[in-house]
Amino acid sequence: MLKKIIILVFVTCFACFNTVFAAESGGMPQLNPEFWISQIFWLIITFGILFIVLTKVILPKISDNLETRKSQILENIETADKQKEESQKKIDEYEKIILESKIKAKNYFNDAREKILEDINKKRAALEKDLDEEISNTENELFEFKESSGDKVTKIAAETSAELIKELIGEGVNSSSIAAIVEDQAKMNKERKDVI
Amino acid sequence: MASNPMYQFNVYRIGPEIKLGSVDISFTNASLFMVISSLAILIIFNLGAKKKTLIPDKLQLLSELSYSFVAKMISDTAGSKAKPYFSFIFSLFMFVLFCNMFGMIPYAFTVTSHIIVTFVLAAFIFVGVTIIGFMKHGLGYLKLFVPSGVPMVLLPLIVVIEIISYLSRPISLSVRLFANMMAGHTMMKVFGGFVISLGIVGGWLPLSFSVALTGLEILVAFLQAYVFAILTCIYLNDALNLHH
Repeated sequence: MLKKIIILVFVTCFACFNTVFAAESGGMPQLNPEFWISQIFWLIITFGILFIVLTKVILPKISDNLETRKSQILENIETADKQKEESQKKIDEYEKIILESKIKAKNYFNDAREKILEDINKKRAALEKDLDEEISNTENELFEFKESSGDKVTKIAAETSAELIKELIGEGVNSSSIAAIVEDQAKMNKERKDVI
Repeated sequence: MASNPMYQFNVYRIGPEIKLGSVDISFTNASLFMVISSLAILIIFNLGAKKKTLIPDKLQLLSELSYSFVAKMISDTAGSKAKPYFSFIFSLFMFVLFCNMFGMIPYAFTVTSHIIVTFVLAAFIFVGVTIIGFMKHGLGYLKLFVPSGVPMVLLPLIVVIEIISYLSRPISLSVRLFANMMAGHTMMKVFGGFVISLGIVGGWLPLSFSVALTGLEILVAFLQAYVFAILTCIYLNDALNLHH
C-alpha cells in the first residue's frame, strides 16, 4: 500500500517536472553571456580583495596566535615538568627525613626499653635477695624458737608439776627429780609422736 | 515567472549600468553576493584574529579551527612544499564555502551556481598550477604525461589520455561545483513549488522532502567547497612533487 502511494507520488512528481520544464523556454540563465564579463570582473575584484586582505592581515594574525599558544603551552608544560621534578625531589627528601626520624624514634624506644628492663632486673634481683635473706632469717628464727621451745616446755612442765605435787601432797619435792621425770615423759611423748 | 525553477539563477542589474569602454561591468545580484560573502569572511576572520587570548572565544576558535583544517588538508595532500600557497587555498575554500552557504538562504543568489564564476576560478587554478609546474621542473614537467611502468606499445595512447585528462581538469573542476549547486537549488525550488501546487492535502510529502533536501544541500555546499579546495591541492601536488 505504502509502496503504491510512494510510486504514485513519484509519478506525479515526474509529471510535474515535465510540465515545469515544458513551461520553461529560456533555458539556463547561466549560459546567457549578457553578464559574464560583469561576473568575471566582480569575481576578480572581490576575490582579489579577499585574498590580499586574508594574506596580508588576517592569516598572519591567526598563525601568530596559534604559534604563541603552542609555544606558551610548551613553556607551561616545561615549567610543569620542572616543578614536578622539584616536588619529586622534595618528596624524596621528606621521605628520607621521615625514615631517619622513624629510625631515631625506634632507637630511642629501644634504648628506653633496655634501660627500663635493666632497671627492673636490678630491682628484682635486689628484691629477691632481700626476700631470700628475710626468709632465711625467719627460718633461722623459727628453728631457734623450735629448739628453745622444747626446753621451755619441759621446764614449764616441771614447774607446773612441782606446784601441782606441792598442792596435792602438801610438801615440796625435789625439783630435780621432778624435772627428770618430766623429761622422761617428754621423751616418751616425743618417741610416741615419732612412731605415729 | 516565479514558479520557474531556473528563475533563481537569473542575473540582473542592481543600480546603474556601468560601462568600461564597450564592456558592461554593471553591479548585479551576483556581484552583491560575492561582496557579501567576501565581507562576511573578512569580518568573521578579522574578529576571530583580533583577540589574542590563550583560551579562544567562539569566533577565535572558529577561525583557528578553519585555519588548522585547511593547513592539515594542504599538508596531507600536497606536502610541506605547498605552504606558500596556503593563503590562496584558504581564500578559495572560504570563498566557495561562503558563496555556497549564502546560497542556502531563501531568496539569496548562489554565486557558485554560475558556470562562468566556477570556470574562471578553475581556469585560474589550472593556469597557475601549470605555470608552477613548469617553473619548478622546466620541461621535465611534461613527464607528468608519461607514467612510469607502462609498456611501450601502450605509451602513445596513455600519453594522449593523460593530456586529455589534464586539459579537462578546469572543466571537470568547474562543472562539478556549478552542476552540484544548480541541481540542488533547482531540486529545492521544484519541491517547494510542489508544496504550493499540492496544497494542504498533498503538500506534506514534498515539504518533508524539501526539509531533507535543505539538510542535504547544506552538506553538499560544504562538501563541494571541500572537494574544490582538495582538488586544487591535488593539482598543486602534481606540480610540486612530480611523481611518474
